[in-house]
Amino acid sequence: MAITVKINKETHDKIVAICNNFNNDPGELINVLHQTQDFLGYLPAEAQELIAECLHMPTAKVFGVVSFYAFFTMTPKGKHPVSVCMGTACYVRGGEKILDAFKSELGIEVGETDANGEFSLTSLRCVGACGLAPVALVDGKVYGRLVPAMVKDIVAEYRGK
Amino acid sequence: MDLIKLTIDNREVEVPRGTTILKAAKGMGIDIPTLCHFELEGFKFHNKPGGCRVCVVEVAGRRNLAPACVTECMPDMVVKTNSMRVLNARKTVLELILSDHPNDCLQCAKSGNCELQDLAIRFGIRKNPFTGAEHTQSSYKVELSPSIVRDMNKCVMCRRCETMCNEIQSVGALSAIHRGFPAVVSTAFEKQLTETPCVFCGQCVAVCPVGALTEVDNNGKVLRDIADPAKKTVVQVAPAVRVALGEEFGMAPGSIVTKKLTAALKAIGFDYVFDTDWSADLTIMEEGTELIGRLTKFLAGDKSVKIPLMTSCCPAWVNFYEKHFPQLREYPSTAKSPQQMFGAIAKNYFADKIGCKREDMVCVSVMPCVAKKYETGREELAKNGNPDVDYSITTRELARLIKMANIDFNSLPDAEFDSPLGESTGAAVIFGATGGVMEAAVRTAYEVITGKTLPKVDFEELRGLEGVKEATVHVQDGLDLKLAIVHGLGNARKMLELIEKGECPYHAIEVMACPGGCIDGAGQPYHHGDSSIIKARWEATYQADREMPIRKSHENPSIQAIYKEYLGEPCGHLSHELLHTHYFDNQIKVEAE
Repeated sequence: MAITVKINKETHDKIVAICNNFNNDPGELINVLHQTQDFLGYLPAEAQELIAECLHMPTAKVFGVVSFYAFFTMTPKGKHPVSVCMGTACYVRGGEKILDAFKSELGIEVGETDANGEFSLTSLRCVGACGLAPVALVDGKVYGRLVPAMVKDIVAEYRGK
Repeated sequence: MDLIKLTIDNREVEVPRGTTILKAAKGMGIDIPTLCHFELEGFKFHNKPGGCRVCVVEVAGRRNLAPACVTECMPDMVVKTNSMRVLNARKTVLELILSDHPNDCLQCAKSGNCELQDLAIRFGIRKNPFTGAEHTQSSYKVELSPSIVRDMNKCVMCRRCETMCNEIQSVGALSAIHRGFPAVVSTAFEKQLTETPCVFCGQCVAVCPVGALTEVDNNGKVLRDIADPAKKTVVQVAPAVRVALGEEFGMAPGSIVTKKLTAALKAIGFDYVFDTDWSADLTIMEEGTELIGRLTKFLAGDKSVKIPLMTSCCPAWVNFYEKHFPQLREYPSTAKSPQQMFGAIAKNYFADKIGCKREDMVCVSVMPCVAKKYETGREELAKNGNPDVDYSITTRELARLIKMANIDFNSLPDAEFDSPLGESTGAAVIFGATGGVMEAAVRTAYEVITGKTLPKVDFEELRGLEGVKEATVHVQDGLDLKLAIVHGLGNARKMLELIEKGECPYHAIEVMACPGGCIDGAGQPYHHGDSSIIKARWEATYQADREMPIRKSHENPSIQAIYKEYLGEPCGHLSHELLHTHYFDNQIKVEAE
């Protein structure tokens, strides 16, 4: 039986355009995945199927790369993406405690999105604000010199908005 | 040739530049252990990720140990392959691999054939100082497909299956996924094989060093049905089984064991022991007639007829065009595979003849193949839900069955196949090797077209283990048959691409999915990368052909009789109903909505 994978028209056209920009070269897979994730916020299975088709490579290989790199995710991002820095400076100044505080406040693990689709949590390596370590980003806004107690208020700023 | 000198284990050796330490050592009789490395010489299959580190050696002046499988020999290099440091490192590497392995060897389908087990024995591993993350960080569900069992908890990430699936077969169902402890080779999104481009050729099983990939075991069904007095059990044996089964009983590769095999099946208790070679002859009658029919139209200028005709005996190849090139599915012959032709005749003609109801007959096949298991379950190859062939077992399963039934294979007296579906020709036995189906077809087509006797039965130009062969056979004035023979699905893909571009110069193409053909099928005894075993089976196949009194399918008296008595003529009405099939579009497609 033929298996048909459905994909939204707008997403389809965008991914085809991204792949075309890279001349449908399978060597450019990582760049294509980056741009697709920038656009969609994540890399759903149907997007990977289409990328595989455009770049003339097996879908398994695309999934192999997506599942290998921590940066790529197959989970849709929340409305307010939270990223906690785990770079060296932030880490030695207690970045992990900040991350734990976000985990317990949001009730999710790194790489997950909460049930309402409101918040998602990721960790990243250095945002170039080491002077403010430890830092976290919410909706792209930088919060610096954090202590775990501040996390509750930061989350409250965004909840329900 | 640029030769370099080096010293391995205090002995000087000269090797061509570019030779790996592993190969140089092997040439000196030094057997450096390996796990991930796998080379099938002569078949362009070389897996060398340098990942497992079992083959490390000490190179003087180098700080760390070097993996012998990917380190090239350098002039004046001094290598130690068995120093204390090397042996300790190898043992530690093994212990680390075993710490993330289920180690349930007693119940593992690969036990006795496992390369990791062999290494553990060789290194005398008794206790493991490491506690791995097995069952804590990674735990995979065992997947049962119609042909292949995947137990990724046993995967050692050698990636042989991935290399086979992608580089040789060009199927692209498998890839390494995840990282760290959860890393295994799997499908896209870890889907079931049936939902991926997988064609069930099973070559991943053929190269897996451990029990991560094995065949679905149907021996339980065989024992159940033989024990049931209400069932009539009919078994058929594929050509390639007879040149490989002996290996499981300590015989030299290439031993022809047809008569012992027949005796063993009778001793196990099958009611009728028949031969797939018989239906291979039938296949030639049908496929050959179809070829002549298409060719006649084509040469008369009919542009709508599909030329080249491609063979359709191999179920993994059928899957390949259905899943990867469904737009070209009118090129392959509509003739069913010999396994399925046999099933259709057994459950219609033969069941009637012995007064057995279809439901009371159990048709079993012994195949060198795991795709045949899948093929038996295809809906269109059944009647009212009752399959023409109930299930298939591999050569390996048959060997286990013989051992289980305490049959001393080596001392069995010879026995013959039963009649009427047991008589065959040399043309049928060569179906087991790449080029064999085409040669069998040419032997018949030549005589049918010209009405003359072939001056020479052997078509050497159609034989050989090269991946792509082409030959022109002069049939008569104005008719030179242009033929191609490919094995390995990567080579089959090249043919399909030629057809797609309209640049295919051939009249007929034979395709077998497995490298070398069915003799190297995924259900055969494991060769562990020793291609001389495949070569020996290949030579035995042509020897078996030479030893047959009749060597052309159309001269098989039993085949002539069934057309006279039952089928009428090749490609006639009843043939179409029983012996021909149709193909589907099974491609995975992305559609915008």
